[in-house]
Amino acid sequence: MLLAVAGGAGGVVAGYTPAQLATFVWVGQGLLAVVLLWGWSDLAERIRTGDVASDLLRPVHPVVSYLAADLGRAGYALLTRFVPPVLTGLLFFDFKLPGRWPTVPLFVLSVGLAVVICFGCRYLVNATGYWLQDVRGPMILWTLGSGVLAGLYFPLRFLPDWILLPLWLATPFPSLLQTPLDVVIERDDWPVQAGTVAVQLVWAGLILLGCRTVQRRAERRMVVQGG
Amino acid sequence: MGVLPAYLALLRGQARAQASYRTSFVVDLVGNVGATVFDVFTVLVLFQVTRNLGGFDRAEAMVMVGISSAAFATADLTVGSIERVRQYVRTGLLDAVLVRPLGALPQLLLMDLPLRKAARSLFGIGVLVTALALADVSWTPGRVALAVLAPLAGVVFFGSIFVATATLSFWWIDSGEVGAAFTYGGRDFTTYPMTVYSGWFRAVFAYGLGFGFVAYYPALALLGRADPLGLPAWVGWTAPGVALLAAAGAATAWRVGVRHYRSTGS
Repeated sequence: MLLAVAGGAGGVVAGYTPAQLATFVWVGQGLLAVVLLWGWSDLAERIRTGDVASDLLRPVHPVVSYLAADLGRAGYALLTRFVPPVLTGLLFFDFKLPGRWPTVPLFVLSVGLAVVICFGCRYLVNATGYWLQDVRGPMILWTLGSGVLAGLYFPLRFLPDWILLPLWLATPFPSLLQTPLDVVIERDDWPVQAGTVAVQLVWAGLILLGCRTVQRRAERRMVVQGG
Repeated sequence: MGVLPAYLALLRGQARAQASYRTSFVVDLVGNVGATVFDVFTVLVLFQVTRNLGGFDRAEAMVMVGISSAAFATADLTVGSIERVRQYVRTGLLDAVLVRPLGALPQLLLMDLPLRKAARSLFGIGVLVTALALADVSWTPGRVALAVLAPLAGVVFFGSIFVATATLSFWWIDSGEVGAAFTYGGRDFTTYPMTVYSGWFRAVFAYGLGFGFVAYYPALALLGRADPLGLPAWVGWTAPGVALLAAAGAATAWRVGVRHYRSTGS
């Protein structure tokens, strides 16, 4: 689909060559399962049933234990869900392979950060259950917003700058998919490339802090409830 | 007589039940419309960076988007709930439906008339009307008729796809994702001009399964453009015929399926 766009625009679109776009699409499909944008409601389920009480009795902070589980899941997904689409793309399409050695470690770091940020967002969406019991509403809004704003439907670089910059700096969404993808196809020179990963780093810190704060508020509230 | 009041009672009960939790209902409504809004938004963004897509400009492509989204959303509103037959088969609820003295298919459709999908359908129709107003269409009486008929035919066509894929569950009890690939994949396929696809994939989806006749060919006929793929100009007018064929096929599959149905015993 995006390749047709590239054809229509006569080669380079928003700074992407057709080979870069093909790589963007296939690696993006692979990453989708690794960061697990959608379909995680374990915590919300446990809040609803009250099982979450036993999580709170453990000596490990709940955010830490859920994050550890999610990192394990992401590692497994990297082997099973990331490799097939990337291989498919490699076989059938013109692929843009990294041309500078720092790209590779940077990409690995970027994917790791994307997983952490995405976990944090999902945790926050699930944690609304402490107040609302039913998380369907926040879930729907998250599902709607995350796909389009993370760069899953089209590369965010297609958007005009005045939308793109605030979106990239002030929301965690582009850090979920767009950043690792732009890193791996070397869309930008290395200073910008490293800069986008730095933005991810900031967001990962902010989101985890947010999770901790929300968790603490929720626990206080539960004590009040006597639960 | 006597059958109609029973259907109406089913319908009234549905409407009352769904409106009783107002906030959830509004959230569902927003979520549903949002999905379609983003589909349309994506196409508009693509045209930000390119002037044409598969040989069509923005106004022309939007006519296809309009027909596709209006037809799909309306089919989803009226027939989409048939997807839940899977759960009904698994839980045994279908047995209860079959012993009532009413038709099985109408009952299943009325058991869940998702009002939340209504806004989506209206949005799709709005996109189509806007697209037709902005596109350079030289209106003739025939084209006016086609502009009305094409989305309706699309509704029938997508509805048939819904019913046909739901029929799978009579043979294969938990057949979720296979059907979804055809319904939602088909919707995404009809959103764009067919010229952007290629090879066997285009052949199978556009001509083999008939998705090309939902939005692409009617849009060509409305816009008065020759088909870059080389089919004659009158093909766009065959959309209603293709839809009726699809409906006949789906109805047959459904009847065979219901006859074949053996309860899961739950």
